[in-house]
Amino acid sequence: MCDQTFLAITFGPCDNCSQNKPLMNIYLKNEPINYCSLCVELMACQGLAKGETTNTLKAESESLKAKLEEERAKLHDVELHQVAEKIDALGQFVMKTRRTLKGHGNKVLCMDWCRDKRRIVSSSQDGKVIVWDAYTTNKEHAVTMPCTWVMACAYAPSGCAVACGGLDNKCSVYPLSLDKNENLAAKKKSVAMHTNYLSSCSFTNSDMQILTSSGDGTCALWDVESGQLLQSFHGHSADVLSLDLAPSETGNTFVSGGCDKKANVWDMRSGQNVQSFETHESDINNVKYYPSGDAFATGSDDATCRLYDLRADREVAIYSKDSIIFGASSVDFSLSGRLLFAGYNDYTINVWDVLKGTRVAILFGHENRVSTVRVSPDGTAFCSGSWDNTLRIWA
Amino acid sequence: MTINTLSQDGVQRQQMPCLTKMERMIISMQDPDMGIKLRNQRLLITVIPHAMTGLDIVEWLIKKCSISDEEALHVGQLFVKYGYIYPLKEPRNLILKADDSSYRFQTPYYWMSTRWPASELDYAIYLAKKNIRKQGELIEYEKECYNALHKRINHTWDFVVMQAREQLRASKQRRKGDRIVLECQEQAYWLVNRPPVSPEHYKLTTLTKNTIIEHNRISLARNRVKSSICLESYVKYCEQYQPHDPIMQGCLPSNPWITDDIMFWNMNSETVALPTKLRVERWSFSFMELLNDQMGRKEFLTYLEKEFSAENLCFWQACEDVRHGETAKIPEKVDEVYKQFLAPGASRWVNIDSKTMEKTLEGLKRPHRFVLDDAQMHIYFLMKKDSYPRYLKSELYKNLLARAIVPQETKKSVFPFMRRQRHSSPSPALATQTAEDDGKAKYSNSNSGTASRL
Repeated sequence: MCDQTFLAITFGPCDNCSQNKPLMNIYLKNEPINYCSLCVELMACQGLAKGETTNTLKAESESLKAKLEEERAKLHDVELHQVAEKIDALGQFVMKTRRTLKGHGNKVLCMDWCRDKRRIVSSSQDGKVIVWDAYTTNKEHAVTMPCTWVMACAYAPSGCAVACGGLDNKCSVYPLSLDKNENLAAKKKSVAMHTNYLSSCSFTNSDMQILTSSGDGTCALWDVESGQLLQSFHGHSADVLSLDLAPSETGNTFVSGGCDKKANVWDMRSGQNVQSFETHESDINNVKYYPSGDAFATGSDDATCRLYDLRADREVAIYSKDSIIFGASSVDFSLSGRLLFAGYNDYTINVWDVLKGTRVAILFGHENRVSTVRVSPDGTAFCSGSWDNTLRIWA
Repeated sequence: MTINTLSQDGVQRQQMPCLTKMERMIISMQDPDMGIKLRNQRLLITVIPHAMTGLDIVEWLIKKCSISDEEALHVGQLFVKYGYIYPLKEPRNLILKADDSSYRFQTPYYWMSTRWPASELDYAIYLAKKNIRKQGELIEYEKECYNALHKRINHTWDFVVMQAREQLRASKQRRKGDRIVLECQEQAYWLVNRPPVSPEHYKLTTLTKNTIIEHNRISLARNRVKSSICLESYVKYCEQYQPHDPIMQGCLPSNPWITDDIMFWNMNSETVALPTKLRVERWSFSFMELLNDQMGRKEFLTYLEKEFSAENLCFWQACEDVRHGETAKIPEKVDEVYKQFLAPGASRWVNIDSKTMEKTLEGLKRPHRFVLDDAQMHIYFLMKKDSYPRYLKSELYKNLLARAIVPQETKKSVFPFMRRQRHSSPSPALATQTAEDDGKAKYSNSNSGTASRL
């Protein structure tokens, strides 16, 4: 350290409680002493109730985990970038902002595309959910939610309704009416009820069922008409932040990622956790399936995106770079699966070559965190939403 | 990222893992051999040691991470924003300028990871020090914060004032240069941080240890596939779909978002008379691609009718409707399916093996969403293995492929800066409202004359 003028002990045993913690230098009776921040607060308030923390030891599950890793490693005979050596590298990559959608009064938290490939729904911190025709940048519908921080929104497959939710712990479905005089909030259907914030929601193949994930650590499948809980999924030990439905033939599984650093694959029929992956070093913010359904990508606070293969049952690629320090909030694949678009908390979007593992381009433009990135259904463009209150369409 | 600061077993979660990464970089920046060269900087009449210029920082980042100017400036900005580097000339302006403006590294004592969250007590002591040292030195918002804190943590005020006095007295005994540096550091720290409100609460929770162990045992027993096989499949998939990926290879006639011309969408709509070649080719990639395209499904149905096996596709569609439809209508839908497809002597009887048929009929006594799953899967795989490959070899498919359009690339506009008018399209909400009024079925129509509603 070059700052020779002020050498303070910043970490070590507290003079009061003797625990190893970050220390503060304070003066007591003209003498400098080192207390941890908790002891300082205690001393100042003289009477703050001190809680206790507990740590559970998982010795048996640790050894099982080690064995599991061993088994996985046995079949790992080649790395992805080695297989990708024979493919041509991608050329110069040019993507520009083609549309900027302005209209939200606060941070944009989530967005989804309509199947007609041009309409989108977006939700923001101020409680507003707006349906846009992104091509013309016209706003078509607006709904004001009774809560702020609408963290999840989804477009129904038919294009006739949108679902949204957030800090109200619910997921509500609003049928979209073209009658200008009709208040959309009047026909709202309250579908899901969780015990903590709603982090993500998605319609299954029809307008009739919704899959939700929540800060209470569970995911759930709901019937829209009756609001009935069809299946619940327990297995995460912390908030679940994101989910994605598998594009498989049998259409029965989905993947979820959460703050316990795990990505879990679930069977929708039985509610069982079928597969689990835990290699990230921090919260998983977003999960997305590879277009073939055989793999999925995750974006995490540890500033990496990773690719997990379901058949090999392991992580097969890490997308990271020294200069990328901030977490990835959202990821999505291009139509062919060759490109991975990832939005980061340092306001940029990085484009990765999925097969070679290299970064193809970095896109600047947003003036605050990028909170959501989604590729359009026909792959012609992708949309990014940000805490700078705007959405951008890139192509 | 989540609002919850504790994990389930009551341990404080690591906040902001980006800080660890930033600190690693900051430390390597200060490496005596490979780091940034530091020099003394004159500030008014005092000399501040170990300072560097903004340009030094940007250049070091470019060399170390092999990135562009723009990205290096961007990363450097983040260091200033989070308080790891602070400017000397204009301390309140927390930005990085790639010129000869001076910056210093913040001491680890004041790093965000060491002192986060910045406590109210600290802030109160800092403001009290400023107030005592020179009357009127607190600026507007600081005065407001000071008053608010005085109200909020009034019970600690004796301690606050005592500490402020002690720290001022201790600092007077330091050398002037040191004192200025310390003041700069402290000021930079408080400019970056805003003290949040809450003290820490701890609570106890338990982990379900047994389910984790059980889960790991099941995972051990799973069948896995070799990496080489899995990874090769990605390469094949990407290669196969690359011509269909507009971002990778462009699309004909043109990408609507770039040229403001919606021909591409019009030519690929569901109701177009003649499809494009790429679209028809895509049906041959997998059975799911064929079924996911409404036009493909219709074509396939036409083919199956010629083969007298159209009831298979209709059955599959009916099962999908049960699986994804309203819960309340399941019993009646299942009943319809039974009458049309499964009952002995039914008009559109489907050929399922006896074991599956038995199991399904048994399940029909208590109909639920997934009761038809086994039968549906059986028919699906039957079509996939038998009818689908034959369809791809059939005259019907080959003719369509031959007739399919390859769109011309849109000629570049003579006046490229003139924006084309962007036409709006009818909202899907409107389209289905009229459809519901007509009482049409939710899935695609069949061409045969038999009843299409289920």
